[in-house]
Amino acid sequence: MTDITSQTEAALAAIAAATSLDALEAERLETLGKKGWVSLALKTLGGMSPEERTAAAPAIQSARASIADALDAKKAALEAAALEEQLARETVDLTLPAFAAPKGSVHPVSQVMDELAEIFADLGFAVATGPEIEDDWHNFTALNMDETHPARAMHDTFYFPDKTAEGREILLRTHTSPVQIRAMLDQGAPIRIIAPGRVYRSDSDATHTPMFHQVEGLVIDRDIHLGHLKWTLETFFKAFFEREDITLRLRPSYFPFTEPSVEVDVGYSTEGGRRVVGGHGDAPGHAWMELGGSGMVNARVLEFAGLDPMEWQGFAFGLGIDRIAMLKYGMNDLRAFFDGDPRWLAHYGFSPFDQPTLSAGVGARA
Amino acid sequence: MKFSLTWLKDYLETTATVPEICDALNAIGLEVEGVEDPAEKLAGFRIAHVLTAARHPDADKLQVLTVDTGDGAPLQVVCGAPNARAGMKGVLGLPGATVPANGMVLRKSAIRGVESNGMMCSTRELELGDDHDGIIELPDDAPVGTAFADYHGSDPVIEVAVTPNRPDCMGVYGIARDLAAKGLGTLKPITMPAFTASGACPVEIRTDDPEGCPAFYGRVVKGVKNGPSPEWLQARLKSAGQRPISLLVDLTNYLMLGFGRPAHAYDLAKLSGAVVARRAKDGEEVLALNEKTYTLDTEMMVIADDNGVHDIAGIMGGEHSGVSEATTDVLLEIAYFDPARIGATGRKLGLSSDARTRFERGVDPEFLDQGLDLLTGLIVELAGGQPSEVVRAGSPPSEAKVVAFDPGQTLRLGGVDVAEAEQKRILESLGFAVGAGWQVTCPLRRHDIEGPADLVEEVVRIHGLDKVASVALPRVEGVARPTATPQQKLERGLRRAAAASGLNEAVTWSFLPTWAAEHFGSDQPLWVLANPISEDMKAMRPSLLPGLLMAAKRNADRGAASSRLFEIGRRYFRGANGLSDEKPTLGIVLAGEKTPKGWQSGKAKSFDAYDAKALALQLLEAAGAPVANLMVMGEAGAQFHPGQSATLRLGPKVVLARFGMVHPATLKAFDADGPIAAVELFLDAIPAKKGAAFARPGFTPPSLQAVTRDFAFLVPATLAAGDLVRAVQGADKASITAVRVFDVFAGQGVPEGHKSIAVEVTLQPGEASFKDADLKAIAEKVVAAAAKLGGELRG
Repeated sequence: MTDITSQTEAALAAIAAATSLDALEAERLETLGKKGWVSLALKTLGGMSPEERTAAAPAIQSARASIADALDAKKAALEAAALEEQLARETVDLTLPAFAAPKGSVHPVSQVMDELAEIFADLGFAVATGPEIEDDWHNFTALNMDETHPARAMHDTFYFPDKTAEGREILLRTHTSPVQIRAMLDQGAPIRIIAPGRVYRSDSDATHTPMFHQVEGLVIDRDIHLGHLKWTLETFFKAFFEREDITLRLRPSYFPFTEPSVEVDVGYSTEGGRRVVGGHGDAPGHAWMELGGSGMVNARVLEFAGLDPMEWQGFAFGLGIDRIAMLKYGMNDLRAFFDGDPRWLAHYGFSPFDQPTLSAGVGARA
Repeated sequence: MKFSLTWLKDYLETTATVPEICDALNAIGLEVEGVEDPAEKLAGFRIAHVLTAARHPDADKLQVLTVDTGDGAPLQVVCGAPNARAGMKGVLGLPGATVPANGMVLRKSAIRGVESNGMMCSTRELELGDDHDGIIELPDDAPVGTAFADYHGSDPVIEVAVTPNRPDCMGVYGIARDLAAKGLGTLKPITMPAFTASGACPVEIRTDDPEGCPAFYGRVVKGVKNGPSPEWLQARLKSAGQRPISLLVDLTNYLMLGFGRPAHAYDLAKLSGAVVARRAKDGEEVLALNEKTYTLDTEMMVIADDNGVHDIAGIMGGEHSGVSEATTDVLLEIAYFDPARIGATGRKLGLSSDARTRFERGVDPEFLDQGLDLLTGLIVELAGGQPSEVVRAGSPPSEAKVVAFDPGQTLRLGGVDVAEAEQKRILESLGFAVGAGWQVTCPLRRHDIEGPADLVEEVVRIHGLDKVASVALPRVEGVARPTATPQQKLERGLRRAAAASGLNEAVTWSFLPTWAAEHFGSDQPLWVLANPISEDMKAMRPSLLPGLLMAAKRNADRGAASSRLFEIGRRYFRGANGLSDEKPTLGIVLAGEKTPKGWQSGKAKSFDAYDAKALALQLLEAAGAPVANLMVMGEAGAQFHPGQSATLRLGPKVVLARFGMVHPATLKAFDADGPIAAVELFLDAIPAKKGAAFARPGFTPPSLQAVTRDFAFLVPATLAAGDLVRAVQGADKASITAVRVFDVFAGQGVPEGHKSIAVEVTLQPGEASFKDADLKAIAEKVVAAAAKLGGELRG
């Protein structure tokens, strides 16, 4: 008895003292292994009488159990310590930089064109396109600017030396208005379209570039009037700038392709050196800024586009996309739009995930 | 158009203030571009009396004045003007005032040691004239101490933009008429100075081209005395930005600026024989008043006499026969020219003038006699002389346009309800005659009126566009319908996919320098502008890459480490019938560092052709192209590295994209540092998705697990890996679902002229699992397929 007790204590002490899994395994073999003294002691029980067995068994069983428990506990402890040590070895310096995937961007002009498409789709407008290299019939004549019209000369047109098979002059379109003509000729009336795209004028200074972007709007139906034009532009600008206090002022003007013709001004104030659209232009601290031209489509233009002006009437407008992009997103240099400088593109461009939606608001905030 | 308030009030009886007038001008379509109030510029300048004048102790040309400014003690002022003297009255700028001519702010200062408390001013310094020989001398009765602005008369100048359809408002009188219609006052009748004409006009007047010059009226005035114009006339012309020249010239300008009516005065002494409006002869020359010589042709109208051309009709007079100080007898010309002819001539000569602007847009055909009488009367009144009777050749258009108007159209088109009586009042106040049944007769000066819509515009602009209320467009029931076309959806999707791949979208010019376009040119001749704005913007781009390469170069020059640019735009080619064929395209340029030097990756890495390939495939897939079926073929173009570029094709003919490394010669041409990778996707070649439904086919994953087997082959070095992959894939189409290259090696252990390609083949069992015999059979087929290409299984 005392043997077992002292042997057990010695074994437990050895287990406690083990510093490695190997040492622990050696101790296990010495005690619980096939030849271990505990195993051998257990075997002796088989040769005993029941009385002897009853007397000897509990001590042996108890020794076995306490040693097994101690072995398990020690093993777990040693393993935990080993893992901890391994993990400690595996530590990395996470203040080191991780690989940064390059971030791309969408150009503000494209973003604003997507915004336009989204807003006007809700008002029932489709997006129409047309060639940028046009003939003078679509760009001028059909828009009520015949060859002798002074307005033609005012357009600073880029011409090509070529002529079309019909003998028409070939030029770079000076506005998106020829798309009106093409859309009406193709689709007839009623029609609601916007036509965004590149346009060209032989003009270059701090605020003009020889290539820029315009969006044309056209609504033709039976009873469309100036009041609808005003509502449409108001509604668009409210949605575009996400402001309810947009105030428009219509001024009489002249464009050969509309009659009556109106210039559209919007009220704005200046905050921190920047123009902020909103409010009445005559209110204190406010002024008016020209946004674009518009009017009721001239009866002659309808005729050129194959529509009967006695039956159809409607409005058209043209806005500068670069300009409204600058107003909304705060750029001040038009030339930078066309430079391809990654710093500018990263600064003023948009995340690919800023897809304009009506539910999220079409604009992307800084 | 610029004019002073005083000039406007010559014709308009009004009590309106300048802001009220400006608001009204804007409201009726005469956009105010600026208002200049000279009183503001003259703040701080007052009338002063020079009490004493003494030689400056240290300067011969300076004097020391004491001047009375009306209050306080007299001030000491140093003055350099020779005409400064005791007793005179002049204009003193006090410290704090800004000299209009040069923006200098006056200060109390010491000039050569003598204190000076301001500056006595010349007319030039105050921008009131050109005189700088001395200081302004005012009459003795000028009230000392009064602000000079008040004494001089504060006369604000208003500048308006007149739209080209309104030549009738290219004279102050027409503007006054519009303002009167708006209710800003009463239009005064034109004051006609009286004169007595006697005797027939001694000069024969003719128009030999009644089409180009339907009417040519003339009159001679003999015995005039030319000289400077009176103050009132000079002031009016100056307010319009017109420099006074001489009385006779100024009066013709006054008629033009005041009444929109160009006229011309010839020095009779310089004329010989009949004065004729005719077509120019080819090659005829004239020295115009701007001192340039113009060579004319038969399309152009001139006024000529026996000696030759004196005037480019309706555009500019000639130097030779113009009036001078010495002129005593003049021939006055007032004519009506065909607007189209004037425009064509002016455009051809590249010659603009105030007269052309008016004639080209259309002057008032009813204002020939009255205009000539007004000019004659003013000449007689101010320059004396004896006028002859008028001689008239031809007659101006006289048939008034009558428009059948329905006042209901104002509401239908203009969206505003204006009472019929008010509509009638508006039209009549603008000179229209409203007859029975709303037959509206237009004044001849209103060339812009064509039909009812024009009358609606007249009514609405005078009534007030601000009274047009917003009316909602009718909208479809329910949620708005989608409107984007497949092409639009493709471009939108690609744009965001490209940006999501780390590329920055650029917008570059559609036109290029010719050399850059030529470098990327095709077999087609380039489309080059006839009138480019510069050599750098001349030829329409045949590719998006040159613009992006130039941007990448600019960026590198600015020190950018890399440019990853893309652009979606058009390439411009010639199409059928001489029209354009504009091809939607996506271009990519990858320049500079792909990754910077890094603690993990070591040295900075450049872009390679596989970066370009990855983007091309990724974006083609985003565009819905069947990328699994694409063939990698050659012929990316001479702008690319011949060994490191390719095209992606759907079938042998349809090229969807080209990609690869830019050719060193291209880099050199664009002065760019390489290596640069580039991609061009031809969006019009991507097949449209067939009308697919929303629901996708059912999901049926194979029930048994796929197994993979690796093979390594020795193949000829020239064999394309793609060919080997395709051959292996075809070895057992039923079982082989994927073949992936995982190693390519040449060098030690690989015989010369060969390389080793290792592929992982994925085998998908069908109904039953593969047995060893099955796998062995497939492996044999794979090896056999490779052998056909010269491949040999490595041990």
